[in-house]
This record gives sequence, structure tokens and C-alpha cells, in this order.
Amino acid sequence: MENLQNKYSVDENVVTWDHAAVAEKTLKPTNGESTGKVAGYLLAGILFGIILVKGEIISWYRIQEMFLLDSFHMYGIIGSAVFVAAIGIQIIKSTKTKTFDGQPIIFYKKIFSWGQIIGGTMFGLGWALTGACPGPLYAQFGSGFMAAGVSLFFAIAGTWFYGLLRDKLPH
Amino acid sequence: MVEFIKSPWPWYVVGPIMGLTVPLLLLIGNKHFGISSSLRHVCAIVLPANLKFFNYNWRREVWNLIFVLGVILGAVIATQFMNNGQPVAVGATTHAQLAGYGITDNEYAQLLPASIFGISQIFTWKGVFFLMIGGFMVGFGTRYAGGCTTGHSITGMANLQLPSFIATLCFMAGGFITTVVVIPYLFEWFGK
Repeated sequence: MENLQNKYSVDENVVTWDHAAVAEKTLKPTNGESTGKVAGYLLAGILFGIILVKGEIISWYRIQEMFLLDSFHMYGIIGSAVFVAAIGIQIIKSTKTKTFDGQPIIFYKKIFSWGQIIGGTMFGLGWALTGACPGPLYAQFGSGFMAAGVSLFFAIAGTWFYGLLRDKLPH
Repeated sequence: MVEFIKSPWPWYVVGPIMGLTVPLLLLIGNKHFGISSSLRHVCAIVLPANLKFFNYNWRREVWNLIFVLGVILGAVIATQFMNNGQPVAVGATTHAQLAGYGITDNEYAQLLPASIFGISQIFTWKGVFFLMIGGFMVGFGTRYAGGCTTGHSITGMANLQLPSFIATLCFMAGGFITTVVVIPYLFEWFGK
């Protein structure tokens, strides 16, 4: 982590691509998550899993269709999701809304890295093969496609090899 | 109503619910919506191997693993109880293109084609490319990019972060290359 210090400034709530490292420094220490929060994360995950399947976002067919520019479906989903999320973020920022347990909500500024270009393109190449980004990988598996367990295992392996090679890669 | 729930949902229902996940997670516990980080936490728990990148307090990030556990459960629920078996209705161009890959009409009854993602395909060249190489690039690429379609394309773009727009453009560029160039070439090669 030490060599990343100059990549972000904790004081200004700035974060780069290394979210976990900065969260450790910026957020107050907690004594584990409360039961209510755990239930909240689990329910939010369940809802997300349901819409990934019901919106056919986990479908390899839909991903092919998106990249063949043959349907508005996926573009509509991503576009309206970003729109609604942006409004939500603006409301939280302008009203200084706090979390349900009264903590101020913190936003991070992302900083440019070559990883967004090189890694981003690499992810895109893999995305159209598996028909899944990371969320749908889990959902494909949950939906009963055991072969997606193989994709998921290799995605974890890919993440591990990034950790191994990280210092040698341009950022 | 039951009929609607069991049918595939249109984009204008799915997209806004997906977007609401971002403020919801912020309100629950100051969490920034992103899924690919969970892959890193799995590495940090299972095989940190003394690598700096996996040497952090993953216990603080357990929420992310609880969330993906929910995603798996949600997918089970949607598939088992909210499904009328309606085939995936793709556009005509896509249908014709995929027919050229040997994907038959009855395979559209499921969300993924059995001729590529069936268990019997795992140890074939299709499995090597579509599951193994594809999965590896998803994991390596998202971590190198610092996020995936949730962390960058939804959370990051909604928070107007320029790096997230750059990352999303590259995600799309990679996807177009694979779909338009790589996959047709692969099937031509599989066919020989």
C-alpha cells in the first residue's frame, strides 16, 4: 500500500482505483456490521440479483445483441440506471442527507489511471465472451448455469494475477 | 400482475431499480456500489500469498460479500419462482448471426446457449475461450480498471467521474471487438 500514498489524498476524500485501501483510512472504524445493516446489504443484493435475471442482463444473447447494436434494451437499462443514480446522488449531496444511522455520506473522486484504458478494454473483451460482468457472473451461477462457476473461478484467478503483477503494470 | 412478474421485465423497469441501488447502499452504510471488488476480497481471504494488494483489512469490506451472496440468492429466486419459461427474444440480426454459430432456436428457452455454456462444454475449446479466458479477462481487467460496469459505469458515471466515463468507453470498445471480430473468427475455427 505504501507506494500508493502519492496516488491519493485522504484529506480531500479523494480515492483512486484502490477503494479498500482508502476506505480503511477515511471511514471510522466499526466493530463489525450491525444485524440491520447486514440484512440491508443482503436484501439489496437479492433485489439486484432478481433484476439481473428478470432484465435478462445475465443473458449472453442480450450482450451479443447489445454489441451488434441490434436492440435498445441494454442501453436503456444502463442509461436509465445512471440517470436515476445520478439524481439520487445529487439529492444526497444537496440536502446533505446522512446514512440511516446518522453518519455523513462520503463521496470519492476517482483519478485517471492507464488501468482504466488497458484494463477496461481487457474487461470488455472478456465481457462479450462470458456474457457477464462480475455481478452477472454470480447471477448466472445462481440461475443454475454451473459452467458460470468456471467463469467465476477464472475471474477470481484473474484478479489474483493482477495483484501479483500489479507493480509491473503501467498505471 | 403475476403474469407481469413472470415475464421478462422491460428496460424502463429494470434500469431505474438498478439505479436506486446506488443511493440505497449509501444510505444503509456509506457503501459505494461496486461488485468486482468482491473478487479481490475473495483473494484476500483465500490466498493473500503475502501480496501487498491483498494485504488489507478485508473484514471491513464484508458487506460486499454479503451483497453478492444476495445476488446469487436473488438469481435463484427469480429463476425458480418468477419465470414463465418465455424464450429470450433477441433482434433479427442477432438471431441470424448466432444461427451461423450453430445456436438453435430451442436454446433460446434459457438465458445462455447450452451449446456454449452447457456443462458438457466446459472442457472443450468453447469452454477454454468463453469460460476460462473470458472469465480471466473479466477478473484481471476489472481490477486493473479499478471497477466494472457497476463501480464505474453506474456509480462512477452517476457521480460524474471522468475516469469512469473513460473506463466505460473502453469496456464498450472491448465488447465490440470481441463480438464483431473475435467470436466470428472463433466459430469459424471451431467449425474446422
